[in-house]
Amino acid sequence: MRFRRSDPEPEARADPTRGIELRGVSHRYGDRPVLADLDLHLTEPRIGIVGANGSGKSTFARLLNGLVVPTDGHVLVDGLDTRTSVRAVRRRVGFVFQDPDAQIVHPTVAEDAAYGLENQGVPAPERAERVTEVLARYGLDGHADHPAHLLSGGQKQLLAIAGVLVMRPARVVFDEPTTLLDLINARRIARVIDELEQQVVVVTHQLDLLEHFDRVLVIDGGRVVEDAAPRPAIAAYRALMEGR
Amino acid sequence: MTLALYVPRQSAVHRVPAGGKLLALAVLAVVLFAVPTLPVAAAGLLGVLLVGLGAARLPAASLARQARTVRWWLAGLFVFHALFSDLPTAAVTVLRLLALVLAAAVVTATTRVTEMVAVIEWLCAPLRVFGVRPARIGLVIAMALRFIPVLAERADRIREAQAARGGSARGLRGVRTTVTPLLVQLLQMAHTISEALDARGADDEPPARGRRSPVTAA
Repeated sequence: MRFRRSDPEPEARADPTRGIELRGVSHRYGDRPVLADLDLHLTEPRIGIVGANGSGKSTFARLLNGLVVPTDGHVLVDGLDTRTSVRAVRRRVGFVFQDPDAQIVHPTVAEDAAYGLENQGVPAPERAERVTEVLARYGLDGHADHPAHLLSGGQKQLLAIAGVLVMRPARVVFDEPTTLLDLINARRIARVIDELEQQVVVVTHQLDLLEHFDRVLVIDGGRVVEDAAPRPAIAAYRALMEGR
Repeated sequence: MTLALYVPRQSAVHRVPAGGKLLALAVLAVVLFAVPTLPVAAAGLLGVLLVGLGAARLPAASLARQARTVRWWLAGLFVFHALFSDLPTAAVTVLRLLALVLAAAVVTATTRVTEMVAVIEWLCAPLRVFGVRPARIGLVIAMALRFIPVLAERADRIREAQAARGGSARGLRGVRTTVTPLLVQLLQMAHTISEALDARGADDEPPARGRRSPVTAA
């Protein structure tokens, strides 16, 4: 199989203590500015991102694992620049999308969970072991050979999370992971996020999800207008929205 | 819409490598068409049923479902040959096509997609000299199987949304009002899927490895 060759060096250069740094980051789509002048250092285990629709939250999330490279400035993950070491960055930062249907790419549950490991070249026996373990952890072990499209919405989101966590990233970014779910499944996903050992960045409209987080950023008009503990940040966000 | 192809079972047929099953399918097709007699066609169909329902322990309903999907084609062929050839020819034509359809159904029901994809990748390996990536071809096939039901579901949602507002999905206008929003949704979805593939390392280079092994969660 011929792939673009990835540079093994960035992994060696990575410094896990540095966290995620945004230095003078701005981003625009064509002439439309989406994010402007962001200078942030994200080291806390639990970080929430809130903001109105179109405020730039999803673009912000995509910057963190190199899905979007900023038009200006630099995003560094453990010291690795997303512009020059994107594959190494993506191995370190998992990404869970809002719509699991767009994230599940293989027909059956176990096959999809194994997809990222195949890309990493994990040997088949270890792959099977890790897939079994992750499916069991998220209550999907009875569905391993089932077609993914027959899962419930909550199960699909769990599979999407399993497909990312099986790759053992050091950090995970969630882009509105509970938006399409009912209350029970939203709580279930919240518990899953809560139990993760990794650093977690969650973009969400579900404010109670952020109650026990360490830090919450409020984004408005492409800028961080509040950066504080959950309670004051959420209060500032509510005040901002009430004024509209 | 369901596209549940694989039926998990612990059977000898399931354990046969995908390449072996595909080869057997090809041999069956050659024999059925090379020897167009009623006994051979009937024996072929009987053999497929014995393997599918007996050895592989597939539910009869799954094979019946496959047969139902082609019943009008078979009926049309039977009538055509009965009118323009003779009854034995009509019977042979229908029996051998039914045998092949059911044999293909047995192969897909007893073989994981990853195993099938591995065979396709292996067959496409010589194309590497032309710059083709066999793994990409395999991924495209797996993704097509994955997303056919998703697209059908999206199309149903669009039709329901239109019906809820008094619209109709009938006629040329119905096709246009369904296809246009569906295409927009598909383009948006394709963008997210490409991001998801990137996020899960689709462009990574794994260490040298042999053929892809099927994933079996215990």
